[in-house]
Amino acid sequence: MSTILSVRDLSVTFDVRKPGSWPWTAPNKLHAVSQMSFDLEAGQCLGVVGESGSGKSTLARAIVGTVPSSNGVIDFEGHDLAAMNPAQRRVHRRDVQMIFQDPLAALNPRMTVGEIIAEPLVTHEPGTSKAERKKRVQELMEKVGLLPNLINRYPHEFSGGQCQRIGIARALIMKPKLLICDEPVSALDVSVQAQVVNLLMELQRDMGLSMIFIAHDLSVVKHISDQIIVMYLGRQMEMAAAETLTTRPEHPYSQALISSVPIPDPALEKARVRPILEGELPSPLAPPSGCVFRTRCPKLQASCAAALPVFEDVGGGHFVACPFHAAEDVLAATA
Amino acid sequence: MSLLEIDNMRVTFTTADGDVNAVNGVSFGIDAGETLAIVGESGSGKSQTAFAAMGLLAKNGRATGTARFDGTDLLTMSQTQINRIRSKEIAMIFQDPMTSLNPYIRISEQMAEVLMLHNGLSKTDAIAESVKMLDAVKIPDARNRIRSFPHEFSGGMRQRIMIAMSLLCQPRLLIADEPTTALDVTVQAQIMQLLGEIRDDFGTAIILITHDLGVVAGFCDRTLVLYGGQIMEDGPTQALFDNPSHPYTRGLLKAVPRLDRAEAELLTIAGEPPDMSRLPQGCPFSPRCAQVQNTCPSLRPELQAFGSERRRACLLPVEEVA
Repeated sequence: MSTILSVRDLSVTFDVRKPGSWPWTAPNKLHAVSQMSFDLEAGQCLGVVGESGSGKSTLARAIVGTVPSSNGVIDFEGHDLAAMNPAQRRVHRRDVQMIFQDPLAALNPRMTVGEIIAEPLVTHEPGTSKAERKKRVQELMEKVGLLPNLINRYPHEFSGGQCQRIGIARALIMKPKLLICDEPVSALDVSVQAQVVNLLMELQRDMGLSMIFIAHDLSVVKHISDQIIVMYLGRQMEMAAAETLTTRPEHPYSQALISSVPIPDPALEKARVRPILEGELPSPLAPPSGCVFRTRCPKLQASCAAALPVFEDVGGGHFVACPFHAAEDVLAATA
Repeated sequence: MSLLEIDNMRVTFTTADGDVNAVNGVSFGIDAGETLAIVGESGSGKSQTAFAAMGLLAKNGRATGTARFDGTDLLTMSQTQINRIRSKEIAMIFQDPMTSLNPYIRISEQMAEVLMLHNGLSKTDAIAESVKMLDAVKIPDARNRIRSFPHEFSGGMRQRIMIAMSLLCQPRLLIADEPTTALDVTVQAQIMQLLGEIRDDFGTAIILITHDLGVVAGFCDRTLVLYGGQIMEDGPTQALFDNPSHPYTRGLLKAVPRLDRAEAELLTIAGEPPDMSRLPQGCPFSPRCAQVQNTCPSLRPELQAFGSERRRACLLPVEEVA
């Protein structure tokens, strides 16, 4: 297996000006993503989970290139995306595509489905004939489960699930190598969610896609991913194989996150003892010193505030950023 | 006698494209201190059922049937009468706390108003009482923070404020319409724990409207499954989850991935949620049902009792639902 994407020490910071401040005062730095490092193997799916404000979407955008990274290397098949000029980036975009959360908002309401799906073709392969374009669009529509004769309809004539399929078709028309999905199913109904998840998994198998799947719903992420990264306040807390991470998480934050996920089984739910995480995410403008999770951590030690914990391998590619980590089965009922 | 008894409720909206039947003959009751879940996808009529009972339908909507609270019908009440019951007897919390709180008014004013209006308290007493309630829902430093505006709180905190506000008059019934949908799982766990404490401490009956089967499993005594504005089945939560008696419930339970299991593939329900202005004559789920019979699209199944305290609306015998 080869590594398709290799991210090292990636940070993204935004300048935030206090309203009413003088133009010459230095802006505050908001650390949206801090020192992330991970690899994605070709053909695999990497899940990213975390609460809102943990930097999941910023990470996705930095990889696609819609927000500039302030530090670090994003190595995509040997090319550093962070150091590319606009012309190189344009070529690279063929290989890295994205689908978004709100399926209707992501589609231009004044374009027909055919125009929407064909737009990347027009940009990247301007030489393609009209007939050829139409053929490719219709083939793809069929593949994602849309009737090809709906090619001249407009987005508002479709339901949420169908709009998401249009978004997927648009992302796939250039046959990308990497597909980034930012909360692709969270706006959909339960019964439709499963259809889109299955479609994505099927396409991944058929087209040999590598995927980064971002969502706040851990159950869905676990189902679709090979590896999972848990983020908190812009940092990696834990990274492991999906099965390992959900059954034997080592980081106190992952444990809290997983134990908050409800399971549709009344007997199990009532028997579960749930350590409830108190409080909320601290401000990313002034993150806590040392471990960023320490303000809410149930296993807080005196040394946590002093130094940033090392994100280290605890065995078998299971990375944890906590010196006091200990595996815990948080799903088991402990009555 | 049930605390709230809804009988044959129908809600119809008049739109430019014709009538939309959001709720089509829904009947159920909830006892004092009970927790009932109303589960359904968007457009299933779960919120409109509650809105109709509270007299909160949009202007183009009308409700028929009865909704008896303590024996008196809420649907035929005048505005003044129902105003007395809202928030004092039945309170409601909504999905998005930011749009339900007035952004221009301090929390203290918004909360005190409820007590001044319903219980005739003076403003000082009302604010003191509100601070107590904010303490109860664990807003840190409630005494000072009550002077803040809604935007100064996070989403989870705003939802706590909504809950505190709804509890001020100690209502006997709390209707929670997707109270945790907009929140993170960790905050969702906090809010559900809080609602559980409220039920235990005050004996408030709670109707939880949600699409999340996981939340229902841990919280509700009884579950009611709606589709196309009709009840597909209802019964005690445990029995319903263990042995779903309707193809729709069965499909829903299989369509959500579970964290404690490794499924190879999710089973899906084909098709899309129904268009409420063009419902089939028979069972609303029949166009998507994997076990559809010849008679299903034309013959509407009656909601019939079976087993212990369960009801189902399906032409297929229970044993044959797979």
